[in-house]
Amino acid sequence: MFKKNKTVVNRALPGNESILSQLWRDPLGRAGMIGIGLIIIMAVFAPWIAQYDVAKMHAKDKLTGPSAKYWFGTDNFGRDVFSRIVYGARVSLVVGIVAVGIAAGFGYLLGMIAGFFEGKVETVIMMVMDVIFAFPSILLALFIVSALGTSIVNTMIAIGIVNVPVFCRTVRASVKTVKSTDYIANARSIGLKKMAILFKHVTPNVMAPFTVQATLALSGAILTEASMSFLSLGIQPPNPSWGSMLSDARKYMERAPWLVIFPALFIIITILSFNLLGDALRDVLDPKLKL
Amino acid sequence: MRDYIIRRLLGLIPILIGISIAIFVVMQLIPGDVVSGILGIEQTPELREMWEKKLGLDQPLVQQYFNWITKALRGDFGESFRTGAPVFPEIVSRFKISAELAVLACIIAWIIALPLGILSSLKRNSVIDRIVRVVALMGVSIPNFASATLLILFLAKGFNYHTPVKYVSLFENFGGNMQIVLLPAFVLGSVMAGSVMRMTRSSMLEVLRQDYIKSVRAKGAPERVTIFRHAFRNSSIPIVTLIGMQIGSLMGGTVVIEQIFSIPGLGQLTLTGISQRDFPVVQGCVLFIAFVYVIVNLLVDILYTYIDPRISYS
Repeated sequence: MFKKNKTVVNRALPGNESILSQLWRDPLGRAGMIGIGLIIIMAVFAPWIAQYDVAKMHAKDKLTGPSAKYWFGTDNFGRDVFSRIVYGARVSLVVGIVAVGIAAGFGYLLGMIAGFFEGKVETVIMMVMDVIFAFPSILLALFIVSALGTSIVNTMIAIGIVNVPVFCRTVRASVKTVKSTDYIANARSIGLKKMAILFKHVTPNVMAPFTVQATLALSGAILTEASMSFLSLGIQPPNPSWGSMLSDARKYMERAPWLVIFPALFIIITILSFNLLGDALRDVLDPKLKL
Repeated sequence: MRDYIIRRLLGLIPILIGISIAIFVVMQLIPGDVVSGILGIEQTPELREMWEKKLGLDQPLVQQYFNWITKALRGDFGESFRTGAPVFPEIVSRFKISAELAVLACIIAWIIALPLGILSSLKRNSVIDRIVRVVALMGVSIPNFASATLLILFLAKGFNYHTPVKYVSLFENFGGNMQIVLLPAFVLGSVMAGSVMRMTRSSMLEVLRQDYIKSVRAKGAPERVTIFRHAFRNSSIPIVTLIGMQIGSLMGGTVVIEQIFSIPGLGQLTLTGISQRDFPVVQGCVLFIAFVYVIVNLLVDILYTYIDPRISYS
């Protein structure tokens, strides 16, 4: 009898191995994991994968098409597009991960406090979140970067701030649900301190929506970075960014379409992979929300 | 209902105050001072003092904030540092262009997304459903600047077609305006369509399994009535919420597309303001966009009561 229900039982159980294997079984989840895996490999092993230095200009080979020497061709400065795309993966991932880390960290703390303590604290926190939420995200990120100055760190901070409200709202909603359950009432009745209840008992139960949100926010953060770099207000030269590569290529795209096609392709693959994984993760962790 | 609207409008006041404070604080973080930016190498202590007085920068920060916000409430967002022209009329004229782009994008998104989302839910797990899901996922995963650039490349290479770069108003030259606006609206609309399609499908699936849909079918109602009058109407609350958020974010969120297609909308005005460090323009644009965003969300909330009369705000 238990064997028959194995899948159902596994789905309900927390534990990395079980979740990973469920993700792998889902074709779309598997495609997402493979895509992300490839991008991570590119980012981590960039110095070994890239053929040339990202800033090295080959004066004789400007705007050369894809060939055995330059796999993805060269740009108007004679720089190798493949090498720049490989290093661009590193920039995209680092900016995405750090920005989501900032957003998730602050969002988690504020959401916990708002959901658990309620009252005036919650009103103030949620009002601040509403204020941040009242701006279109790309516009707010551009606005913050224009004030702080364009740099890789400020780009991460700007994208992080923009994403805080999503995490805060997700955690707050989950905390409010968990708070009204019997086991939290029991934890209170045996005299556990608020902090202990918050971190030992509430936290594990808000991790499912939090993890799904983090995965989806990663694709959003990478997209925002690419958009900002496209507008020349994100990652600055000589650091390679897929967004700025695409933007710079527009002048030459009819003569050298590879300059547009390859960065666009890698942006799409990365965002699509994170979205696929996010969807699959949500199906595994929260089947009720299946799209 | 009237009481609810008044209550909501009053509730917007603290949010709008918060937004204005946030904008003011961020502007204070800008490195270097504004007067140096205006005067450049021509600055002398006398000129500097004169400009500081003119811009009210010699006053305490709190006073500066109150001066700015009271003027803004009267529609006076100051003058552009670059052109000297009043900012507010410029924002309004640019807003009209962005609004036209946003409305067209929404219409295109709905025309694509709603029928496909409904069809996908009705043909669950069929080939059509799988295709629609993949198309929708591609829609949400392809950044608008990437699809816009690829589309321009495709049209130039394949059909030798180049998008016009000189904007003409809708009322001056309808055909010419459509030539400029349709393509960017299609790019924005196709991105929006992805998420609307996904939301329509999931909401419809949720409603279609409800008992009252079975009852309607058991009573012999035609399928068209079952789907549109009963299922779609009841599944439209989350769809309307999403659409409302999308319309809000199109104000200013179109910045990248406006830049690519040289459309002089609100996003491009903001971006130019940022790159030229024209602070009154940036401040005014961001405040205006946030205000529109908040009002659109309020309108969506009010719309709920018309879609679902069970929702009461009294």
